[in-house]
Amino acid sequence: MRLINHKPGRPGALLLAALPFVVLFVAYAVASDIRLTANPQDKLLPAPSTILDTAHRLFTEPDRRSKEILLWNDTFASLARLLGGVGISAALSLVLGLAIGLLPYARSLLSSFVAVISMVPPLALLPILFIVFGLGELSKVVLIVIGITPFMTRDLAQRVMEIPKEQIVKAQTLGASTSVIALRVALPQILPRLISNMRLSLGSAWLFLIAAEAVASNVGLGYRIFLVRRYLAMDVILTYVIWITLLAFVIDWALKTTSRRAFPWMEAGL
Amino acid sequence: MSFVSVRNVWQRYGDRSILERVSVSVDEGEFISIVGASGCGKSTFLRMLLAEERPYKGEISIDGGDTAVEPNRERGVVFQKYSVFPHMTVRDNLIAGESFEQPFGRLRGAARTEAAARADAMLERIGLNHVADQFPAALSGGMQQRLAIGQAMTARPRILLLDEPFGALDPGTRLQMHDFLMELRDETNMTVFMVTHDLQEGFKLGDRVLVFDKPRWDPDDPGLFGATITYDFDARNKGMPYQDILDQYPSLAGA
Repeated sequence: MRLINHKPGRPGALLLAALPFVVLFVAYAVASDIRLTANPQDKLLPAPSTILDTAHRLFTEPDRRSKEILLWNDTFASLARLLGGVGISAALSLVLGLAIGLLPYARSLLSSFVAVISMVPPLALLPILFIVFGLGELSKVVLIVIGITPFMTRDLAQRVMEIPKEQIVKAQTLGASTSVIALRVALPQILPRLISNMRLSLGSAWLFLIAAEAVASNVGLGYRIFLVRRYLAMDVILTYVIWITLLAFVIDWALKTTSRRAFPWMEAGL
Repeated sequence: MSFVSVRNVWQRYGDRSILERVSVSVDEGEFISIVGASGCGKSTFLRMLLAEERPYKGEISIDGGDTAVEPNRERGVVFQKYSVFPHMTVRDNLIAGESFEQPFGRLRGAARTEAAARADAMLERIGLNHVADQFPAALSGGMQQRLAIGQAMTARPRILLLDEPFGALDPGTRLQMHDFLMELRDETNMTVFMVTHDLQEGFKLGDRVLVFDKPRWDPDDPGLFGATITYDFDARNKGMPYQDILDQYPSLAGA
């Protein structure tokens, strides 16, 4: 039988899905053990048990000076920036995407502009953003917005243009005005796409957030990682990395579930 | 004065002539089948009736009105596919026929309840009441087309335009759809234009069959001349002419 026709059973599939995680963990544990045997003071690859202890301490024990648990402070600060940036981008790209996709005048005016802007490397603009918007929250949110809005806008505009012409004509024969076509025909059909765009752009949003926090901040997950880097506190960094990964995964899962619940017509055909 | 009148309509895309000298007048309640080879401009003609395209030259008027510049509620349409809105339930698709002309495309309160009642009556009529709360993707091709026709009728258009409405259906479903369409038409006396590839279908359903073809042909430049209506058959009484001449001229009976 051909390789493409071999399919794993259900237990086999679960086992295979778990395998890369197990391999990664074992490889890390072995490497860590080798280094720690050679030098018990080694800080580069802390033992999994050390990371667990550190994680426990970071999540529960307050800072001695501020009496606050720093990890939670960092988490809330970063999530506020991230979700703020992604939310603003989603709203902006929705409005722009609908306009570009539906209105020939808006398309002529904006589509080349958005295409060019989406090529500007956002991180290269970071110094300018810090100068223009200051070192506070605004510049970090603006970086995320500049980084992901053009790409989301282009994709949504494309999706609006892919709505069959027949539907748009049909809506007109039912007496729909431009705004009704936008709100009742185009918008509902691109909302699922908007959510999948948000899922895709969360990766870049995290990247921009951590970069901005690393450069200038006094709280945030990225700030903390780059702060403790000076002390080679790998156990703290790894805890934060795992925590960020977990957060990203949960947000992604939540968006996916929302999409599935909110748009039953997407799957009615399957 | 005829109900729909098309006077000396020309259409061209760039240098390519598509239609030329198309003139036809249609009375209210007539069912017009439009047939012709691929690329003969019959779909272009339908798009101009729909006002999705404006003629290069000439006039198309419904009930004496001006040539329309964009599609409106005077014209209902059913395409071969994509005619219904995939994100709305079957019932909402019918309600859309009434609600889309509202400022926000929605009806509220009593108006909505009444529209829903009318939609349910239409669902009963087109035999889709058992799937009222499902989405179109869950429906078969024939059911989707019945929904599309019902949706178009809900908006009460002056003329109904059908662009190969049954082209994607299997032969059995197609025959059912013919019966359905004829019943609906007998009830409403709607003026219908139907583009079809199926000659038999065209003659079976139509009162008149218009044939589009190119009467002039330049072998060096196929795009030079456009197509026009080359035949205008009377398809009533199974296509045999003058079957009702005695009704029109009773004096002939004595001769």
